[in-house]
Amino acid sequence: MSVQTPLTWKPKEGLLALWAAWEKEHGETLRPAVRRLKKSAIARFDELGFPGPRNEEWRFTQLGPVLKTPLALPAAETALTQGDVARLVPATPEAAVYVFVNGRLQPRLSQSGPLPAGVVVADLATALVAHADLVEHHLGRQAKFDQHPFVALNTALFVGGAFVVVPAGVTVEMPLHLIFISDAAGEPVLAAPRSVIWIGNQARLDLVQTHVGLPGQVYLHAGVTEISVGASAAVRHAKLQRESRDAFHLDSLFVQLQAGSQFTSQAINDGGSVVRNDITATFDAERAECTLNGLTLASGAQHVVNHTTIDHAQPHCNSHEMYKNVIAGQARVVFNGKIFVRKHAQKTDAKQSNQTLLLSEDGTIHTKPQLEIFADDVKCTHGATVGQLDDAALFYCQARGLGRQQAEQLLTYAFANEIIQQVPLDSLRAALEAGLLGEALPAASG
Amino acid sequence: MLTITNLHARVEEKEILKGLSLQVDAGQVHAIMGPNGSGKSTLAGVLAGREEYEVTAGSVEFLGQDLLELDPEERARAGIFLAFQYPVEIPGISNSYFLRAALNAIRKHRGEPELDAVQFLKLAKEKMKRLQMDEKLLQRAVNEGFSGGEKKRNEIFQMAVLDPKLAILDETDSGLDIDALRIVADGVNALRGPDRGIVVITHYQRLLNFIVPDFVHVLHQGRIVKSGGKELALELEAKGYGWIEAEQRALATV
Repeated sequence: MSVQTPLTWKPKEGLLALWAAWEKEHGETLRPAVRRLKKSAIARFDELGFPGPRNEEWRFTQLGPVLKTPLALPAAETALTQGDVARLVPATPEAAVYVFVNGRLQPRLSQSGPLPAGVVVADLATALVAHADLVEHHLGRQAKFDQHPFVALNTALFVGGAFVVVPAGVTVEMPLHLIFISDAAGEPVLAAPRSVIWIGNQARLDLVQTHVGLPGQVYLHAGVTEISVGASAAVRHAKLQRESRDAFHLDSLFVQLQAGSQFTSQAINDGGSVVRNDITATFDAERAECTLNGLTLASGAQHVVNHTTIDHAQPHCNSHEMYKNVIAGQARVVFNGKIFVRKHAQKTDAKQSNQTLLLSEDGTIHTKPQLEIFADDVKCTHGATVGQLDDAALFYCQARGLGRQQAEQLLTYAFANEIIQQVPLDSLRAALEAGLLGEALPAASG
Repeated sequence: MLTITNLHARVEEKEILKGLSLQVDAGQVHAIMGPNGSGKSTLAGVLAGREEYEVTAGSVEFLGQDLLELDPEERARAGIFLAFQYPVEIPGISNSYFLRAALNAIRKHRGEPELDAVQFLKLAKEKMKRLQMDEKLLQRAVNEGFSGGEKKRNEIFQMAVLDPKLAILDETDSGLDIDALRIVADGVNALRGPDRGIVVITHYQRLLNFIVPDFVHVLHQGRIVKSGGKELALELEAKGYGWIEAEQRALATV
C-alpha cells in the first residue's frame, strides 16, 4: 500500500478507497440490511462530496485542514492502558464506565457497573448480531445521511460504538459514562463510532459521552449518536469533547422525544483543532421538554462550530437553549441555532440564548439564530450577547487579594458555571470546575 | 502605618485631590468627612489602586512600602482592605468560594498555610454570627440579589475574615437603616485594636455615634482643611459644611 501524503491525498477519492477496501474484507460478514445501508451511505457520500463555500449549512465551517489530512482506517487492536485512560479522562467512580477505542468497546479498560436487569450496554458491533432486529430498526432511523456527508461517511464506515437499551419503566441509578478515545498511534486515522441509545417509556438515565485523544495525535472523529427517548422518560445527557488539539471532531447527535419526555444535554467543547457539532432534536409527540445547553472554551487557533436544530413538530412542547462561548487567542467559534415550529405545533415555548465572553482582540464569534415559525400561538425568544470581563468585578477581586490571572479565571468560571453546574456526574463536574479555576484535579481515588 | 503626603490625583483631566496629607497610626480610627465632590471616594480609590485615578504628585507610604508602586492585589495582601461604597455583584461564584480564594491568596503571601473548605467554613460562621448574617449568604453568589444592607454587612464580614492591617470604609453607612448601621458599626468596633488602623469615610456624622473616631478630618476641594477630635464631627453635624466653606473663602481672601 502506498503511503498517502498531503500532496497526493484527495479526500473524497481517498475515503472512497478506504471504504472499498473495508467492504471487500468485511462486507460479507454483515447482515444484508446493514450492508445495504452502508452501500447506500457511501453512494450518497460519493454524490455529495464535501460542502463548498456556497453551501449555507457549511459556510462558516472551515474544513480545509480536515480535508488536507490523509487518513487511514484504524487497526482493530490498541495498546492503550488503564493508565492512559486515567490520564486522559477524569475519574468518575460513581458511574459505569465503558471505554471505546476507535469505535470498539474495550472491556479490559472499562468498569461496567451493576445495572438493572434488562439494561443493555454493548458494542454496536456485537449488538448487530445479538440484537439484530432491534438495532436494524433504530440504526439510521434518525440520522439521515442524504444531506450530511459526514453522517453518510459514518454510516458507511462505522465498525462499532455504543448500543444502550433501557427497558420501559427502568430507572438506571448508576450514570453511564461512555468514553470514546481515538488512538492514532501510527498515522492519522478516521474513527467513526456509531451509537444507538434507546430509552423506554418512563425510564430514567444519566448519560455522559466523553471524547478524547492523545496529545499531539492527528485524527478525524466522525461520530454519530442516535438517542430515542420514550414517553415520559427522562434523560440527562452531557457530552465532553476534549480531543487532541491537533485532531478534528465532526460529530452529530440526533434525539427524538416522545410524549411527556424530558431530555437535557450539556455539550462542553474544550479540545480539537477543527470541531463541528450538529445536534438535532425532534419532538415527535406532545408535552415533551428539551434542553440543549453548550459551553465552548476555545483558544489558540481552534475553530469550533455548533449547529443545533430543534424541531417543534408537535404542539405543547418546550425547548430551552443556552450556548455559552469563552473565546481567547485567534479562535473562531460559530453558533447556528435553528428552531422550527411547524404549523400545528401550537403552544410551543422555545427559548434560545447565545452568550460569548471574548477574552482577546483576535477571537471571532459568528452567531446566527434561525427561527422558522409556522404556528401562530407560540412563544419563541432568542438573544445573543458578546462581552468582555467586567472591569469593576476584576478590580473587586484584586482588591480582595486575588491576582489578575486568578481574577480572570474566577470570572471566566463564573460565566461558564451555569452550564457546568448542570453536568449530571458530580465527579466530572468537580473536574471541570477545577480545570476552569486552574486548580489541580481532585485525587483520582475520589 | 499610613503616611499620605501632598497627594494629587485626577480622573481623566479633572484634578480631584489637590495636596492631601494624612498620617494614620496603628490603633487609631480616623474619620474623613466632607461634602459631595470633595474627593472622599477618590481618596479611597487611590489607596486601593483603582486604575482610573492617576496620581500626579505626592506619595503614599504604607508600613514602609511605597503603596503607589503596588498592584491592587499586592496592596490587599500587604494588609489594606477597602469596604466598597458599591460592592460588586459576581453571579456564578459563591460568596464562600470567593472569600476563601481571597483569604488563601493573602495567607499564602503571609507564608501561612491555606485553609481548606471545612476550616474556612468554621471561621466564616464565627464571623457571620457577630454580624448577624444569615449563613445562607455564604452559598449565594457574591452580592447577587443582596439588599443594600446585606451588601454592606458582607463587606464588613469580608473584612473580618481577611483581617487587614488598615481598613478603609468608603461610605459604609450609605443606604443603611438604623438597625443595620448598629450591626455594621458593632462589626467594625470588634475589629478595633492596637495593631489596626481604620479610616472611616462618610458624609454624615451618624455613623460616628457608633464608631467613635480618635480623629476627624474635613476634606474640602481635595485637601484636608480641618482636623480635630470627635467633637469636630458634632460641630459639622450642627453647622453643616457651609461653615467650612465660608471659612475657606475667608482664608483665601486674606
